[in-house]
Amino acid sequence: MRHALPLILAAVPAVAEDRPVLEVYTYDSFIAEWGPGPAVEKAFEASCGCDLRFTAAGDGAALLARLRLEGARTDADVVLGLDTALTAEAEASGLFAPHGIDVPPLDLPVAWEDDTFLPYDWGWFAFVHREGFEPPASFEALADSDAAILIQDPRSSTPGLGLILWVEAAHGVRAGAIWEGLADNVVTVTRGWSEAYGLFLEGEADMVLSYTTSPAYHLIAEDDDGFRAAPFEEGHYMQVEVAGMLAGTDRPALAREFLAFMLTDGFQSAIPTTNWMYPAVIPEDGLPEGFDTLVTPSTSLLLPPGEARDRAEEGIATWRDALSR
Amino acid sequence: MAGRALALITAAAVAALALGPLLVVAGSADAGAMRPADWAALRFTLVQAALSAAISCLLAVPVARALARRAFPGRGVVVALMTAPFILPVIVAVLGLVAVFGRAGAANAVLGWVGLPPVSIYGLSGVVTAHVFFNLPLAARLILAGWEAVPAERLRLAASLGAGPWATFRLIEWPLLRTVLPGALAVVFVICLTSFAVALTLGGGPRATTVELAIYEAFLFDFDTGRAARLALIQAALGLGAVGLGLLVPMPRLAGGLGRAPRRWGGGGKALDAVLIALAALFVAAPVVAVVLRGAVHVAALPPSVWVAAGNSLLTAAASAALCLLLALAIAIGGGRLEEGVGTTAIAISPLVIGTGLFLAVIPFVDPAELALPVTGMVNAVMALPFALRFLVPAARRIRATQGRLSASLGMERWTRLRIVTLPGMRREIGAAAGIAAALSMGDLGVIAFFADAERATLPLQMYRLMGAYRMDEAMGAAVLLTALAFGAFRLCDGWGARGAGRAWRVRRAAA
Repeated sequence: MRHALPLILAAVPAVAEDRPVLEVYTYDSFIAEWGPGPAVEKAFEASCGCDLRFTAAGDGAALLARLRLEGARTDADVVLGLDTALTAEAEASGLFAPHGIDVPPLDLPVAWEDDTFLPYDWGWFAFVHREGFEPPASFEALADSDAAILIQDPRSSTPGLGLILWVEAAHGVRAGAIWEGLADNVVTVTRGWSEAYGLFLEGEADMVLSYTTSPAYHLIAEDDDGFRAAPFEEGHYMQVEVAGMLAGTDRPALAREFLAFMLTDGFQSAIPTTNWMYPAVIPEDGLPEGFDTLVTPSTSLLLPPGEARDRAEEGIATWRDALSR
Repeated sequence: MAGRALALITAAAVAALALGPLLVVAGSADAGAMRPADWAALRFTLVQAALSAAISCLLAVPVARALARRAFPGRGVVVALMTAPFILPVIVAVLGLVAVFGRAGAANAVLGWVGLPPVSIYGLSGVVTAHVFFNLPLAARLILAGWEAVPAERLRLAASLGAGPWATFRLIEWPLLRTVLPGALAVVFVICLTSFAVALTLGGGPRATTVELAIYEAFLFDFDTGRAARLALIQAALGLGAVGLGLLVPMPRLAGGLGRAPRRWGGGGKALDAVLIALAALFVAAPVVAVVLRGAVHVAALPPSVWVAAGNSLLTAAASAALCLLLALAIAIGGGRLEEGVGTTAIAISPLVIGTGLFLAVIPFVDPAELALPVTGMVNAVMALPFALRFLVPAARRIRATQGRLSASLGMERWTRLRIVTLPGMRREIGAAAGIAAALSMGDLGVIAFFADAERATLPLQMYRLMGAYRMDEAMGAAVLLTALAFGAFRLCDGWGARGAGRAWRVRRAAA
């Protein structure tokens, strides 16, 4: 206890001098010491003459909920960490302003047309398995196999919602039949990504719903070549993570400066090995070694924001009916 | 009746802290309509909570009885072990259960080795296993506390009158169970109303949709705060109802022993008791041991932020336990059924709703991150209150029954009586209550996530962050650290209480 106190005091940030403060709301894992936050803060503060402050709130969904709770009185200048399943709701809240910056060419597999939200990274959802397991090559093959899978609840987890949209986008009216076929493959449905991935690492299932980039973590950070993502014939649904500036910000110029900075190397080069996603603009030095070993899906699926919102509701109902039987 | 007034004020404060946030959330939006799925979730929540409470308490009775009847080396360790599942953070406990009973777990390895079919921890059997793992030990401890309150003189008298097992059961054990079982059932039921998320990792999916999950969905994905608040209110009302029913059962008065700790008594069935105790200990210990074996080697390599978080957790837990004890003592010593009931409801309120409500209440005035740790400590104190009350209320009642007239006849003033009779007499239970409160606060992930920033995280939050960043090894290291701290805090308080129990008797006799 005597040792704990100085540690805590040391952790309280020093009061900044008179530099302007840019308040950025983001999700929790962004600001962890192993996340992109520290590197991004250092790089931006080196050029902006400002104090960049991150405030974290749970995951992407909690982030939007917090913003809506605070409404117009929020201190946030920029929100970073919503994904494409949430942008329609975010846009409808009326809290965001058009970014108004010149967007550099983006390295996304889909065209990006959004005046409000700018992408900073993206990934493909995929089922991840260990080397040596023969993965099925489509949802139908998965349903016919006896492979055991771990998935997340779409009502409490963004990857879980991503899987719903994946099945919707790839199979449309047949989504119900696909889910009925998958029901006996599902070991359990967890509340969040962490629980499912943790159970998978402890050997509880053949595959877990995650991202095509997950094997890169094990390869680069742990020097473990034993993980693979299973390519599916129907293509893979994308998650695009975005940022936007608040309409009520009192520092619009600084907020815009940050959004422009977000698409430069100072920000983008931190993404692959901290957030373990693809950067929206590939840095000058290219992707880190190891990313070249990852699966590249032949087809990228992504529903437009409004449609994603509507289909998510239907999709969850379909999922609920199919798995309740 | 200053004591009663203090108890009433305390209960009102607890109610304000528990229900206030709910009203803030409800007031912040128009109440959305309940969906049919919400009613289904409500039904499912009720059924599973009732089942869990019944199964856990039923199994806890023989275990508590065996523990009460036997003195053996290591009994203290076994009793302490009975708190372990309770103080483990949810995800750690689930990983521990999976390591033992999972598809790749130790139990199935053994079963496969002897040629038996594997067991499954997923689906309904997993839900039941998880519930019993979490709640049987708590129920056993609560029931054991009741058993230990039986005056030794009665047992000796029964033995000298030649009472057989059936007569002993009818005359002593059954009245005792009637006293403690309703309370234990109510507590486990109320815990299961909200903490069912625990088991969801094992039996999750649309079939197992609880009110807590419906609140989560309504709030985070539909941003329907009104519907979230209404669901939370219904959940709280259910909890209140359950507690009320538990307290309505008439409590036989425990009349005078001499206030000394009862001796264990012998009698038949020694082998059965040994088997029961061994099975319960194994069931509870195996997942904990699995977690420790998995994570111990990673403790040394934990990043500094984890140690900072551990410091935060220790401070928060200490403050939380102190506050919880003050609240519980005020209610237990001065209050009656009403105050006790109010004090027990806090647990039935969704942590998500408490977090949101407090957040809304403070945000116009201060930066929520500044309040992350105080708010966490305060909410944890209220959340731990029901457990502290289960220990302290019977103890206070016992002291009143056994020492009340004597103290009054000696003309002791209220504070004198509190200082030399009541508090020393309750020392054992005070220690246990403080230990439970500290350990619960240590492992809680409830409201901190709403308020924390990078610096003010607690250990469970930091552990969760590690898991969310693929760092399973470090997360398991943090889990071991967390388990050690929570268990250590509990042992420290509980041991303090147990050590003083004998001395308190001497002090009381000297005072008399």
